Amino acid sequence: MLEIHDLHAGVAGKEILKGISLTVNRGEIHAIMGPNGSGKSTLAQVLAGHPAFEITGGEVRFEGQDLLDMQPEERAQAGLFLAFQYPVEIPGVTNAYFLRAAYNELRKARGEEEVDSMDFLELLEQKLKVVDWGPEIMHRAVNHGFSGGEKKRNEILQLAVLEPKLAILDETDSGLDIDALRTVAAGVNNLRRPDNAFIVITHYQRLLNYIVPDYVHVLSRGRVVISGGKDLAMELEARGYEWVDAQAEAMAK
Amino acid sequence: MSQAYLKEFETLAGATTAEGPEWLEPVRRAAMDRFARTGFPTAREEEWRFTPVAPIAQATWRSAAVGGSGIEDIGRDQLAPFVFGHSEWSTLVFVNGEHAPALSTLGILPDGVLVTSLADALRNGSGTQVLERHLTRYARIDESPFTALNTAFLRDGGFIHVPSGTDLPHPINLVFVTTSDAAGAVIHPRNLVVVERNSRASLVESYVTLAPGARYWTNPVTEVWTGANSWVEHTRIQRESEAAYHVATTQVEVSRDSHYRSFSMAMGADLARHNLNARLGDQSSEALLYGLYITHGHQLVDNHTVLYHDHPNCHSWEVYKGILDGSSHAVFSGKVFVKPEAQKTDAKQTNRNLVLSDHAKVDTKPQLEIFADDVRCTHGATVGRLDEVALFYAQSRGLPADEARRVLTYAFAAEVLDEVSLEPVREELNRLVLQRLNGEA
Repeated sequence: MLEIHDLHAGVAGKEILKGISLTVNRGEIHAIMGPNGSGKSTLAQVLAGHPAFEITGGEVRFEGQDLLDMQPEERAQAGLFLAFQYPVEIPGVTNAYFLRAAYNELRKARGEEEVDSMDFLELLEQKLKVVDWGPEIMHRAVNHGFSGGEKKRNEILQLAVLEPKLAILDETDSGLDIDALRTVAAGVNNLRRPDNAFIVITHYQRLLNYIVPDYVHVLSRGRVVISGGKDLAMELEARGYEWVDAQAEAMAK
Repeated sequence: MSQAYLKEFETLAGATTAEGPEWLEPVRRAAMDRFARTGFPTAREEEWRFTPVAPIAQATWRSAAVGGSGIEDIGRDQLAPFVFGHSEWSTLVFVNGEHAPALSTLGILPDGVLVTSLADALRNGSGTQVLERHLTRYARIDESPFTALNTAFLRDGGFIHVPSGTDLPHPINLVFVTTSDAAGAVIHPRNLVVVERNSRASLVESYVTLAPGARYWTNPVTEVWTGANSWVEHTRIQRESEAAYHVATTQVEVSRDSHYRSFSMAMGADLARHNLNARLGDQSSEALLYGLYITHGHQLVDNHTVLYHDHPNCHSWEVYKGILDGSSHAVFSGKVFVKPEAQKTDAKQTNRNLVLSDHAKVDTKPQLEIFADDVRCTHGATVGRLDEVALFYAQSRGLPADEARRVLTYAFAAEVLDEVSLEPVREELNRLVLQRLNGEA
């Protein structure tokens, strides 16, 4: 589904990703861990097409297409979704309007008919259950005045409605209390299917108790320094990031 | 140039005074004298620094009343876009400045409520005591030469009187429409709205055109007086021809314990200036001023607001937002004066501008002059572009870049449009904004 090969990217002339390779197949959950500044969020933003980042080398194929050649909206239409670390507030646009506009754009891209607001509300009713929310939230402006936990839940709601093939969760767990974390994780588990995939980016092992990954990759200084199964996360928790930092330093030489 | 106006004034003097009450004649004459002395303002005056009125001052404008009004050319269906789909509302239509009874509708009004053309009232004496007490008493001829000129030539407009203890069940709709006959003419609409104590009224005042390319000049003055413990909502919509000039003053006097709420929308005219002055003239009164301007091409839209906090415990809240495209230019000046005795004043003023093009320009100047010490007053102004992060967020959800831009721009407007409490008017304004953002108007 996703093949990243030797990806280099940076911002304002400073290279942050220094040769990342990663393959994600249907049905898999990959966790990407790493210390602050290791390039985890940059990788997520680059995959979603954030215009601030410059690609300096490498290749990314998504469902056989050249991902780096696509506009952010084309990536979304192709089935890629990024749950933002800091979801953006859009005062003046209701959650319902925004979500329906996005949903319809994806339908249009697939050559399907747009749905009207009545049909969409019906669909929403089901999806709201995924994040254990009532319909009131749909009348509020997108993320505007939401608590940190509400913003993260809203990202998962969007994920539930848009049903991407590949969802990247960028530190969706950070700043969440344990109840919010459980809700978010249950939402993700609920959306897991044999034909979709998740990349879960996190700083902490805690989330991986609830969303169990098939693979864990550790990023440091813009490189994947170690990959393994879900046990790797436990080991990291026990040994700390200094351990991988030393490996990264060795790789950089 | 004021000579031409003086000459016309003398010509008209005989005709108009014959129709009006005696007390009005010296008021008109004083206004004419005032204008003859000052002439039009120049850019050297601080109040007019960013808004050059030379195109108005240097042109010769015929009086619309003399040129004939073209009323008979208009069908009611052409006015449908301006009545918000509510035939039960009372609507007064003025065509090129002159009341058009055949196009107007008076809904069912509570006892004692007067909704009439000012020209009719001056002629037949209806509401004569109200007129004498209020007309020309608030909009000052020494504050603006344009008000002086309007007062000198005042003839027609809307006159609304709501007696005490009366709730108007429906809004009153004043529609000033121009036709191609208005080309080259100046129109001086004059409105008076008096809402007595313990009463409630909603007013919509629109300046619209059936001749989108016509060059004319509208110079309206609206005076609003609210009695104690009254509630007045005033929605103003300026959609003149984009070749026209519109220079307006709205003067509001808010009495004790009363509430005045204004929404001012400006999207028309080549040059538009709106002075909105509200005086919180007694304790515990409140004024909420909202505004939205959307400009493109070479339009200049200037909003000058003044809030006078003369007494204690008053509250004012002001939010004006602008969306600028093309080579357009917006000016905002917001003054808040707090007198020494106006303790416990609570005033907040905000002006936010969204600039969509490299060539658009904003001059914004919020000003507080506070002479009391126990007050809470804040102000702020911003000029900015669409938030790149928000754009990326919307795109990452599948919205094409253009659509994302439109949604975010609309959202910026929607925040203040939501303050229009009359639903049919809000819906119409929403439609107009979307139409403009889609490049359809």
